[in-house]
Amino acid sequence: MAIAVTKDATTAERRQLRRRRGRRRGLVILAFMSPWVIGFLWFYLYPMLATLFFSFTKYDGIRLAPHWVGLFNYRALFTNDPLFWKSLANTVWIVAIGTPLQILFALAVAWALTRPRRGQGIYRTLYFLPTMVPAVAAALSFIYLLSARGPVNSTLRLLHLPDPNWFLDPAWSKPGLVLLGMWGVGEAIVIFLAALLDVPAHLYEAADIEGASTWQKFRNITLPMISPVIFFSTVIGVIYGFQYFTEAYVVGLGTGGAGANAGGLGSPNGSTLFYTIQLYHQGFEEFHLGYASAMAWVLFLIVMVCTMALIRSSNRWVYYQGGFR
Amino acid sequence: MAAASEVSVRAASAAELLQGRRTPPSDAKRRRRLTAIGNHALAITFAVMFVSPFVFVVLTSLMTRHQALSSDLWPHPFAWGNYRTIFRDAPIVRYAWNTVVYATLASIGVVLSSVPVAYALSRIRWRGRQAVFLIVIATMMLPAQVTIVPLYIIFARLGWLGSLKPLIVPAFFGDAFSIFLLRQFFMTIPEELIDAARVDGANEFQIMWNVVIKLAKPAIAAVALFQFLYAWNDFFGPLLYANNNQNIFTLSVGLQNFTTAHRAVLFNLQMAASVLFMLPVIIIFLFAQKAFIQGITLTGVKG
Repeated sequence: MAIAVTKDATTAERRQLRRRRGRRRGLVILAFMSPWVIGFLWFYLYPMLATLFFSFTKYDGIRLAPHWVGLFNYRALFTNDPLFWKSLANTVWIVAIGTPLQILFALAVAWALTRPRRGQGIYRTLYFLPTMVPAVAAALSFIYLLSARGPVNSTLRLLHLPDPNWFLDPAWSKPGLVLLGMWGVGEAIVIFLAALLDVPAHLYEAADIEGASTWQKFRNITLPMISPVIFFSTVIGVIYGFQYFTEAYVVGLGTGGAGANAGGLGSPNGSTLFYTIQLYHQGFEEFHLGYASAMAWVLFLIVMVCTMALIRSSNRWVYYQGGFR
Repeated sequence: MAAASEVSVRAASAAELLQGRRTPPSDAKRRRRLTAIGNHALAITFAVMFVSPFVFVVLTSLMTRHQALSSDLWPHPFAWGNYRTIFRDAPIVRYAWNTVVYATLASIGVVLSSVPVAYALSRIRWRGRQAVFLIVIATMMLPAQVTIVPLYIIFARLGWLGSLKPLIVPAFFGDAFSIFLLRQFFMTIPEELIDAARVDGANEFQIMWNVVIKLAKPAIAAVALFQFLYAWNDFFGPLLYANNNQNIFTLSVGLQNFTTAHRAVLFNLQMAASVLFMLPVIIIFLFAQKAFIQGITLTGVKG
């Protein structure tokens, strides 16, 4: 630095060097991020916007170019499509009743799993096993398990309990699907179990000294401490609940008949016609791509509103320990 | 904790033996034993609920067609031929091969593409990083339905319908869930290790390769496993993009198709097909259980 240079030149050079280094750094980061950036543009951003555009058009994807029809699809959905409302009602049923039931069940099982001192590992493995079963295989299994002469109804008859027709009875088909869902709640069990075991023991010890009952301990210690995990499971459960497809599709076709008009989709009697099944039927069996796109955006908005509402409500019932987030 | 208390129980009984007298079980001890029995009874009840469906499915898969429609629970005779019939009546080997190709390539793709992204989101500091991470999370929440219509059209234009490409190629462009899981794990790697490598003059790629990946093997294994399983189970993707080309059906679509064709009258074959389909992933699970459970815990608790 002993060379005589004007002060201006040095700062300019330095600035340039820094800029060059900054640009290099930017390029490195971009290189690391590039798979996701391309994927995001290709598989998320463009398709989302294109779906929005298609939702204002009549489009069959093959012969015709998209033909602008304004709000026609949306108006038809809301005013002139009983199957849309039916599928929405079924989906809300699954989200509002099925999802909470599954979370409660998973919580109960996880709690039971914290109790025994030995064998926890074996129990956990057994509880998790059904979660590994592919959805199609699980659905096919339950078609048999819940059939008229299947083991579930045989047992119910043995106990002189009512033996519903499950997947053949519109009133019982959704409860049957909830049972199928409960069989595979292993992931939630594992998450709840980890959270339950994470609750500091000294809190329980302090409560014991004050003579708290089991219920009081659960209500005032366990529940607040694991509320972040319950919240997480609820958000995920709601998002996936709205997209419920495979099990219902397999059960509907497996017990009803092939082809939408043979009563297969949503069988019996439309009781398992869920939103995504109706969307699939409109989009990829009837090739009403504009109409299906409108359905997709309506679904997206519903899911967004529900997720936002859950997040809003969380500061009233979710307890974050210091240091968490 | 459980182990510690076991040790103390053992120590106590050893002390009793040394003293040469066994006290009659006190009330507290009896109560503790009753609680233990109650706890195990509850745990076993749940275990029966989770495991019995497997037993019934396997038993039914070994029944004759006639018996499978009755309310019998035990096969008589054992119709092992059902499994042969399945292979004869449906191109199971073809379906299985397609499924393995899809699941393997998708797992490789997701790992290759998600590791660097997760690295940049956790171990390089840059402006806007947090915002980008939020977008990654947001894509996880996006219902797949919002993107499938244009994707279907794109893949149709590319001539990819009726092939496995629409299922495999996207896996090479990062998967939000995997990025999230890997990032959570990378965050737990001590800063000093990375700083030390930086002082030694390693560039970001070298740090990722030599430090982070070496330490993150369990998380990477979990991501690969989850993706494999996801692809193995995936039904909607193959249903949508197979375009009725039976040659590229995966097991899920193939078996659904097979059973819809013979619906509800061939329970024995349906169950045999289900057993074949679930067996591989259950075996994988029994061997790789630890990675699974750790991966789930990582996403669930720290999320």
